[in-house]
Amino acid sequence: MKIYRCEVCGFEYDESQGWPDEGIAPGTKWEDIPEDWCCPDCGAAKADFVMVEVSPA
Amino acid sequence: MTSATADHGTGETAAWRDGKRYAWLLGLVVPAIPFLAWGLVSATGLGAFWWLGPVIVFVLIPLIDVAVGTDAENPPDELIEWLEQDRYYRWVTYLYLPIQYAGLVLACWLWTTYPMTLVDRVGLAVSVGVVAGIGINTAHELGHKKEKHERWLSRVALAQSCYGHFFIEHNRGHHVRVATPEDPASSRFGETFWGFLPRSVVGSLTSAWSLEKARLARQNKSPWTLRNDVLNAWAMSGVLFAGLTVAFGPAVLPYLAVQAVFGFSLLEVVNYLEHYGLLRQKTDSGRYERAAPRHSWNSNNVATNVFLYHLQRHSDHHANPTRRYQALRDFEQAPQLPAGYASMIVCAWIPPLWRKVMDRRVLAHYDGDVTLANIDPRNRGKVLARHGGVTEAPAASSAGSAGSAGSAVEGGAR
Repeated sequence: MKIYRCEVCGFEYDESQGWPDEGIAPGTKWEDIPEDWCCPDCGAAKADFVMVEVSPA
Repeated sequence: MTSATADHGTGETAAWRDGKRYAWLLGLVVPAIPFLAWGLVSATGLGAFWWLGPVIVFVLIPLIDVAVGTDAENPPDELIEWLEQDRYYRWVTYLYLPIQYAGLVLACWLWTTYPMTLVDRVGLAVSVGVVAGIGINTAHELGHKKEKHERWLSRVALAQSCYGHFFIEHNRGHHVRVATPEDPASSRFGETFWGFLPRSVVGSLTSAWSLEKARLARQNKSPWTLRNDVLNAWAMSGVLFAGLTVAFGPAVLPYLAVQAVFGFSLLEVVNYLEHYGLLRQKTDSGRYERAAPRHSWNSNNVATNVFLYHLQRHSDHHANPTRRYQALRDFEQAPQLPAGYASMIVCAWIPPLWRKVMDRRVLAHYDGDVTLANIDPRNRGKVLARHGGVTEAPAASSAGSAGSAGSAVEGGAR
């Protein structure tokens, strides 16, 4: 499971947590999130995220 | 896939040319203002030329905007990556900095040795303030980039206006809270620029400090360290001003103060017009809807866009904050200002004029429902009385548009 961080505002998407607010189930891989998804905090595009660390599974 | 795009890109480069490619160099006229002013004063003997900075930005550029008009041309989507990789464009922004600081040193020398009246010196300080303020725009472009050295250059550019905390607050504060009542840098319907200025200056400062304090606390560190990006950015200003004082004497300090205050006030007036009255609605989950193109004011005036590195294509900037200026696009459905930022700045200084020009545009944007706007709480009663807000709008009134972004996600992710 990996963590991706928004390069603009610092929001982190943790694959193990998902983003249940928008129906993204825990365990959803970054690649499986649609390309038009954007940062829930600042609205930056998915392309503005970078992988930061591998979280303990 | 990537190479296919690139091949496609190279094939198409001949077909699409960036019409503004060399125009971006004109942006370097701004940091050269102290040199131009000095040259013109020497050539003509007219002290009025020390005021060249404000004359160029608030008179000349608005006139050129009217003469040259607008341009809504966008680079083709498949060429954006290629356009961003072209290093020429970033060098144009880097070059602003050495000219900016050479001009500051020149100004210090002029203030202390050149025969000038007090009015001349203040005029030069305001002109240098214009360079400092538009330097914050250059810092803004650089501070959004992923490359470390560009973020560092951003802080260097901010040292002159003592606004080093901007690059912290702007990215992690403003971009998150844009077009909400919680954002100090988003202006509200019914709020004058003069009311917004202190709120934004103080609010941005405290926001930057708390963001850094929280970040350092997560690493179990005290905020009182040079690892605090607010403190190390201010340290740059301290070193700069101390160095100039040692070199030219304390006589330069009042002028350095004038240019810094004028510089950051110029940034704040631009902040004022970027999101005036626009509001993100709350969704059912209690979060604000995503920042979208409809939450920023845009303009396609060519002259101002060239001098501000496409800052006026502001909706695309919020959607793609790390995208380089040359690749920012016009969004047809985004709210448009009636004139370029340079003209609108002058308008913002005169609140009755601003209200006359802008309030009806905000109302039109919300189909006449003023309760959907970001209303200044201090003037809420007055605004509702004047613009016929019947009752408080239910928070979910524009959840439809927010919901569509959410459903796209739900549809794709399993």
